[in-house]
Amino acid sequence: MALLDVKDLSIHFGGVKAVQNVSFQIDAGIVYSVIGPNGAGKTTLFNLITGVYRPTTGEIRLDGEAIHGKSPDELARRGVARTFQNLQICMNMTALENVMVGAHLRLDRNLFKAALRWPSLRARDRELREEAAELMRFVGLASYQGARADSMSYGALKRLEIARALAMKPRLIFLDEPAAGLNPKETIEVDELVRKVADAGVTVVLVEHDMKMVMNLSDRILVLDYGKKLAEGTGAQVRNNPDVIAAYLGAHA
Amino acid sequence: MQKNAYFGLFIVVAVLLVLPWLMPNSFYMDLAIRMAINAIIVLGLNLLIGFAGQISLGHAGFLGIGAYASAALPTHFGWHPLLAMGAGALAAAALAGLVARPIFKLKGNYLAMATLGLGIIISIAARNEAAWTGGPDGMPVPAMALLGLELSSDRHWYWVVALLLAVSVWASLNLIDSPFGRALRALHGSEVASRVVGVDVVRYKVAIFVLSAVFASLMGSVTAHYVGFVTPGFADFFHSIELVTMVVVGGMASVYGSLVGAVLLTALPQALATFEGWETVVFGAILMLCMIFLPKGLVPTLAAKFGKGG
Amino acid sequence: MLAQFLQFLFSGVTVGATYALAALGFTLIYNASHVINFAQGEFIMLGGMLAVFFTQAGLPLPAALLLAIAVPAVVGVLLEKLAVEPVKGAEPVTLIIITIGASLVIRGLTAVWLGKGTHGLTAFSGDAPIAVLGATLMPQSLWVLGVTGVIVLALWYYFSRTLQGKAMLATAYNRVAAELAGINTSWVLLLSFAMSAALGAVGGILVAPITMTSYDVGIMLGLKGFVAAVVGGLGHGLGAVVGGLLVGVLEAMGAGYISSAYKDAMPFVLILLILFFMPRGLFGGASTERV
Repeated sequence: MALLDVKDLSIHFGGVKAVQNVSFQIDAGIVYSVIGPNGAGKTTLFNLITGVYRPTTGEIRLDGEAIHGKSPDELARRGVARTFQNLQICMNMTALENVMVGAHLRLDRNLFKAALRWPSLRARDRELREEAAELMRFVGLASYQGARADSMSYGALKRLEIARALAMKPRLIFLDEPAAGLNPKETIEVDELVRKVADAGVTVVLVEHDMKMVMNLSDRILVLDYGKKLAEGTGAQVRNNPDVIAAYLGAHA
Repeated sequence: MQKNAYFGLFIVVAVLLVLPWLMPNSFYMDLAIRMAINAIIVLGLNLLIGFAGQISLGHAGFLGIGAYASAALPTHFGWHPLLAMGAGALAAAALAGLVARPIFKLKGNYLAMATLGLGIIISIAARNEAAWTGGPDGMPVPAMALLGLELSSDRHWYWVVALLLAVSVWASLNLIDSPFGRALRALHGSEVASRVVGVDVVRYKVAIFVLSAVFASLMGSVTAHYVGFVTPGFADFFHSIELVTMVVVGGMASVYGSLVGAVLLTALPQALATFEGWETVVFGAILMLCMIFLPKGLVPTLAAKFGKGG
Repeated sequence: MLAQFLQFLFSGVTVGATYALAALGFTLIYNASHVINFAQGEFIMLGGMLAVFFTQAGLPLPAALLLAIAVPAVVGVLLEKLAVEPVKGAEPVTLIIITIGASLVIRGLTAVWLGKGTHGLTAFSGDAPIAVLGATLMPQSLWVLGVTGVIVLALWYYFSRTLQGKAMLATAYNRVAAELAGINTSWVLLLSFAMSAALGAVGGILVAPITMTSYDVGIMLGLKGFVAAVVGGLGHGLGAVVGGLLVGVLEAMGAGYISSAYKDAMPFVLILLILFFMPRGLFGGASTERV
């Protein structure tokens, strides 16, 4: 059974049909990319699956369980993580703390134990600090360990979000344009990072405009156009699909 | 950041221990006690405003609930003061929880309006229900008895309040650097991000609002017993604004800022008494200047200037 | 029965008109800058107090009234220039504290310069009450309703038919876009504060003959005006007017039929109810957040 099963998903914002009758399946362990022109509905699709928006019609199933309409925190509990196109970083905290927040669900969140400085809580926190530091190294942010989030560059913050998402120990991670706004060198680094994440066993769903990266990484690709599914398949299949070429890729891909 | 933060606690404790010997007379002792009480209230309020990013414009209402519980329940029903204090805290918690749930489910900062309404309703009720509350003139509060010992002298109160303050600072520091505290701060930093990592945003907001309400109610009771009298003015809009001002001037999201804000703004009215009639104007002017030039508050601004930025 | 009901209705609508003007003031400023101006009530107070002061100083009524509107408008402009503009983009709490600080300064200065006494203004067309179906209506109430009605119509015309009015609305919707379209948004901001203050002042002048005025009437009037704005849907002009009238009427009805001691609490019970059941207010619309 597929890990993620999306059937006939639609959302209407007033008169705008941002996503229309989109269906696809994602198997566990692959890298699945969603591409399409700007405004095609990619981020909206992400928002639908990760609980930020409620679909107008359609179904989303995670491991058979219906998750459409569930809130983001409920999805987090089911092992779904995501990063944001427009960066949602807590600028009022340090980089390390941002990553530590990712582990929220795996910790003892008891208010009273926290206030009283319960030893087991403190010990767990210390372990978490180590874990978060390790994750920062994993994503290539070792030099930012003591930094505050508001002192970090855009590219670094994008990777910080990935570290935070990984701290959740998710089984499914949605990366929304991780390479957007990055220069070629940084893009290659993100490319390698996504590969590392996938190799670690996490199912990756990617929205990206950088075609080289998409073709390089993806096991399967979904093409959206005006909120509708235009094509789906392997990189080779999509690349040679005449509709896709006409709408999006152009003569070169 | 952790080591530095707790170092401040040592300073606070040291100051608290030394202070009584530096007091020239009981006027200053009284001032110190009021400062400490305000500091504890402000700590609770800052958790809400500074750390969770929610605005309460009616916090004095919760002070009033505690204060009047401690006044009315023993007087009219013969309850033991500690029991009355607990009842007040429970009532504050219940009220806060009742109001918070529907409010926090909404997008946007509606808490300000809801707490504004709530605070004013409480203060008007305190003024009207003369049979229970003594009406506009207020009512006396029976003395607090702790373990059989009646608290009456300033010295007793000083040590009780000092202990409470030290514990509150310690608990606040612990809270901030804990999973619960981080979730709270993340909530303020980016609600979307905190949702996505699994923080039940509504539950946390309600929890912190209820917590700060309970803090306030307990300290309202303490104030009532210390002063020996309670009036409706204690729960009114001005007092709520004074408290918010202490948070904002001292420094939002700063534990030591809360202390500084409380100390300064408790002392300020006394200092302004020399202005005779101009107190309101000067107070307002200070508020405006502070917020325009030091929007982050005193402690965070100074901390940033002197390097650390923690 | 009817007479009593009408009596409450008349007094409710009269004071409701003041709330409506105050609510319009809140709405104007909120739309232009997303600031909730807690000093709005003080503009109402200034209107009444200055009208008293200027007439007592010997000025003919029209001149006194004009000044009583102009001075608060200037104060509004000062507030915007000195206190709001320097802190653009600050946290909401900061802005709230600033406007509260401003209200304290205004109130304090009024107390020092004009005293703490209570004053009445002579009614514009006499005190002879008009009998309507058993209830009495003060001529001043007709002034209140009439002038408020004219102002609301004028504002409606201004915002929907004139270029300046539309420019103000554009600024409210999207400041950057408005600036790119050539609209001087800082001027718009200034204008909104001036207009807000003037609106409040007019309200204060109109009711001064009925409800008396003193240095501290601003607080409650302002807070209730704010409630009215929220009830109508914060940012919605027609909502502000309807909200104001509603708050006034409900307050009068509540005071008359339920309990006069809790008269001042009525609007605040209303705001809690609105927040629980219709948080966007009567006219507010839904909106989605783009992530």
